[in-house]
Amino acid sequence: MKHLTAVLVATVFALATTSARAELVIEITQGMDNPTAIAVVPFAWQGSGTAPEDVAQVIDNDLARSGQFDPVGRGDMLARPSTQQEVFYRDWRAINTEYVLIGRASVTGQVQMRIEYELFDVNRQARVLSGYEEGHVNDARMLAHRVADEVYETLTGIPGAFATRLLYVSVTRNPGGKDFYRLTLSDSDGARPIVLLESREPIMAPSWSPDGKHIAYVSFETSRPAIYRQELATGARVQLTNFRGLNGAPAWSPDGNSMAMVLSKDGNPDIYLMDLRTRELTQLTRHYAIDTEPTWMPDGRSILFTSDRGGRPQIYRYDLRSGATERLTYEGSYNARARVAQDGRNLVMVHQAGGQFHIALQDLVTNRLQILTGTDLDESPSIAPNGSMVLYGTKSGDRGILAAVSVDGGVKFRLPAREGDVREPAWSPYMSR
Amino acid sequence: MKQLTVAGKVLTLLFAAVFLAACSSKDTKDDSSAADAAAAEAAARSAAERAAMEDAAMAERRLQDAVAAVGNVFYFDYDSSTLKPQAQAALDAHIALLRTNDRSVRLEGHTDERGTREYNMALGERRANTVRDYMVVNGIASYRIETVSYGEEQPIAYGSGEANWSQNRRVELK
Repeated sequence: MKHLTAVLVATVFALATTSARAELVIEITQGMDNPTAIAVVPFAWQGSGTAPEDVAQVIDNDLARSGQFDPVGRGDMLARPSTQQEVFYRDWRAINTEYVLIGRASVTGQVQMRIEYELFDVNRQARVLSGYEEGHVNDARMLAHRVADEVYETLTGIPGAFATRLLYVSVTRNPGGKDFYRLTLSDSDGARPIVLLESREPIMAPSWSPDGKHIAYVSFETSRPAIYRQELATGARVQLTNFRGLNGAPAWSPDGNSMAMVLSKDGNPDIYLMDLRTRELTQLTRHYAIDTEPTWMPDGRSILFTSDRGGRPQIYRYDLRSGATERLTYEGSYNARARVAQDGRNLVMVHQAGGQFHIALQDLVTNRLQILTGTDLDESPSIAPNGSMVLYGTKSGDRGILAAVSVDGGVKFRLPAREGDVREPAWSPYMSR
Repeated sequence: MKQLTVAGKVLTLLFAAVFLAACSSKDTKDDSSAADAAAAEAAARSAAERAAMEDAAMAERRLQDAVAAVGNVFYFDYDSSTLKPQAQAALDAHIALLRTNDRSVRLEGHTDERGTREYNMALGERRANTVRDYMVVNGIASYRIETVSYGEEQPIAYGSGEANWSQNRRVELK
């Protein structure tokens, strides 16, 4: 494994209109053995004044963060072409670069930004991708992430997930008093953080609607836990539950029409299903043990949950049509809080081994278990919509930080907060444009 | 709050005693022979009442002192919601005091940071329920008890290791 000695810190300046920096800092701790050498040449700016965003730097950071690419430093570039005519392959062969991305950015009609890009294969001496992205100038970073997605897919065969967003909970400690909780939305690289909710009482379990337009979470703001649904575009929110006992772990169904949740209103934590149109509740599990942490299989036909009905927490599957329950995990004495990749095959969860809590992946076809992380107190795994990376919460010293690992365990990076604790990351689905 | 309630009660009783004494002193002006006996009886009665009141106040103060001595936090073993003997003894002190008043209490269940957050929410609730059930069995009406779990969200000690964790696995009576 290649350990990057230099810590790569992402460019985290937000929009030109604000000076707010990202709350999260990205430190790549482990990349792949033979990352692809790519040069992301600074894009030519064809507007007046200075470019609102260093588009190439955003793309460069995205590719580096994937661990699969080793971007060429700008100081090592022998030329800085921005058109096909200016690309001379010998300049790039000389510094062992395999691919070159060039581009041009412009703004039309004050606010409409256009980014044109071309990707060249140095060995084959051929252009392998070209295209453009257009959008509001305030979304310059998102346009750049989309270019990175296209480049990533062209070179790896897997759709990129850079043009996605994160939800996470951060906490500022207040010893002797009440802590300060924040629910934050950011780009997938931690940039452009927006605080959605602030409270002196805990905020938990943020989750996404399948179209990425709504979120759900648990807030203790009424001095007891309740589930809320919030529309991102308007900020409008609705309190969905207010039952005695636990109101937790909201999980949207893949069709967006219902929500699985944990309620203990009848004395014991069980999994319920709420029809989001009628608010009608259906009780799914009925057991004196703890049943919690529901999550949907991508086909929407069954729900996985954690239960200690066998004595220790393990993952079970509840079939919505037959009502049958089967146990899925057998290796180890603690397997909890499952999340399943869109392929329906890779299950990630919290797995206890040697007294420590790691993130593990279980292949639901072969049932082979692989421990992905080597740190302790790892929790709350969330899978990127392209299934490539797992974001999770862990501890560094006595601080809560976010970290990520690729599903093959080969790539690792950390996202500590500039201050305070961060936890419970929720990676968005693909955002509809 | 506790002290105020008791002080209020003592004041009420004292006021009643003074009022009774005032009434009986009015009586003494009328008749001379029967008045002495009546006065003596009244004095004895009020003295007895005062003594009873003082006994009750002292008993209540003793219960409060006992509660103050044991604190309002009950600790648990890892991944366990079983009441430990020490916690049980502490809880007995609270129950003895709660039997003398009609106060409502809130039981907040907490866990250490190990294990997943939602599972810990359920574990915190189990702990709060264990305390509630013990109180109900010992005569405190269930409608007087509210339970809420905070899971691992509100630690007393932020660090890791058993020294910190043991402080966080708790139920707080408020």
